[in-house]
Amino acid sequence: MNYVIIGNGPAGVIAAETLRQSDPQDSIVLIGDELEPPYSRMAIPYLLMGDIQEAGTYLRKDANHFRNLNIELLVARADKVDPTNKKVFLNNGKTVNYDKLLIASGSRPVAPPITGMNLPGIYPCWTMEDSRHIMKLAKKGARVLQMGAGFIGCIILEALASRGVELIVVEMGNRMVPRMMTEGAGGLIKKWCEKKGVKVFTSTKVEAIEKSGNSANPLKVKLSNGESLTVGLVISATGVRPNTEFLKGSGIVTDVGIKVDETMQTNVPGVYAAGDVAQAQEFYTGAQMVNAIQPNAADQARIAALNMAGKSARSQGTMAINVLNTLGLISSSFGQWMGVAGGDHTELVDEDNFRYMHLEFKDDILVGATSLGLTQHVGVIRGLIQGKIRLGEWKDLLLKDPTRIMEAYLARTQGSNFKFAA
Amino acid sequence: MQRSLLINPDICTGCLQCEMACSFEHFGMINPSKSVIKVFEFHHDGRKVPYTCTQCAEAWCLHACPVEAIVINKETGAKVILEDVCVGCKVCTIACPFGTVNYNHDSGKVMKCDLCGGDPACALACPTGAITYVDSDWTGLERMRQWAAKTDSRPKAQA
Repeated sequence: MNYVIIGNGPAGVIAAETLRQSDPQDSIVLIGDELEPPYSRMAIPYLLMGDIQEAGTYLRKDANHFRNLNIELLVARADKVDPTNKKVFLNNGKTVNYDKLLIASGSRPVAPPITGMNLPGIYPCWTMEDSRHIMKLAKKGARVLQMGAGFIGCIILEALASRGVELIVVEMGNRMVPRMMTEGAGGLIKKWCEKKGVKVFTSTKVEAIEKSGNSANPLKVKLSNGESLTVGLVISATGVRPNTEFLKGSGIVTDVGIKVDETMQTNVPGVYAAGDVAQAQEFYTGAQMVNAIQPNAADQARIAALNMAGKSARSQGTMAINVLNTLGLISSSFGQWMGVAGGDHTELVDEDNFRYMHLEFKDDILVGATSLGLTQHVGVIRGLIQGKIRLGEWKDLLLKDPTRIMEAYLARTQGSNFKFAA
Repeated sequence: MQRSLLINPDICTGCLQCEMACSFEHFGMINPSKSVIKVFEFHHDGRKVPYTCTQCAEAWCLHACPVEAIVINKETGAKVILEDVCVGCKVCTIACPFGTVNYNHDSGKVMKCDLCGGDPACALACPTGAITYVDSDWTGLERMRQWAAKTDSRPKAQA
């Protein structure tokens, strides 16, 4: 069997390893268009902070890992897929043949449609190459403006702040992380950032970027509130979009991402998709969604690879789970954090200590949550939601004190007289 | 023979010796907030339930780690955090559906039960035998699996 995987991020790598476990003989080709060994974009903030070197971002630390597994790494970009003849056309003019194909081409930053985006000194924070540019310009005392305070934006804030830059954040939404956090949590994160000396504009757009004529801060950023700011570096963190363009004309059905079934197979038999590029059924609503998070990439990659290898594995639905560290304030959100029709919720707010907990229920089942300042046993929220654990009398206890999630889980999953092996 | 922690909440008195021993073993200080075993108290029925990582076969934490900082110790089977590789991204803390990986603000890394390299301090410290470290077969590993399966939402694989 000839397996080809487009994309060497976490999904591509985990799929390749899972395929190798299934068969020691099959040919496995892993295609990536960046020069570095497979690395984790999630580790880039820690590279910017100086906590790790580039090698610390590598998905696999053993330099011979892929060679030892007989996984062929190919540096190229896939330009076209021809499912009829089972070929992938590469940007270096070559083609590779496959019997089964996994598309794990990930996503890429979307540049906002404003004038001046092509000026020097404006970068997304996405690739290793981006991070090298940012490190050159984000020196101590530099003025840095970041467009977007979503998930990625908030994560890199800390890295930038730790480099001693003067930070300005501009977000279109009415709060920070508007697509991942409740209004209460997003508002508190903004307050926290301001307390830490970061200037935050919400409900504000960047309207244009021009040359300022000042050599230290060569960029002039015009905001929708009428203000103009001169800065030395603009970081564009206004969202990402799945890499699906190269599939045009292939017959592989795409919407926001590549549509897949519960086995991660696309509409074309033998062609699968996983990770940031896949649009799969959501756990609770059943709607098809792109869930661009690391654990989802890992899960989907494993499911895709098992099915490609002729085994049977099905997704029970993807669920958004996020954890974020914004200048030391830890936040998380899970599932239907925004609530569901006919559901109810509870919210605990301690503004002075930046503690916050919001739980969403449907009947006596937890369906979503948002938290700030919670670092202990936080994963059990996932267990409660995905396990669809009936909370019984514990729902009322949680409505009164939503921090008791771990106790609720223990009480509802272990009867008395129950011994368990830990 | 692989061994596991066997926890019997019925004979736990809530003395917290396990938490103290755990924090001392891992951080050189007696500070239950640094313990990776935690005793939960249920006041209404007086139950005390020590709780920690089951070293589950699914290893959600390990698979979710973006930098290969969680590995399996071949001797104990424990899923162990490599502190020098962990970047502190906390994805494992939300991926573990049992809630047994925690973030440590002081170190900027995550922490979880590592079975103390094969000699768990909590089991040694427990005065009532509520926590013991015994052969996995004997503990009824099967029962543990059943318990884990109750809340298991991972994709089902039939090999």
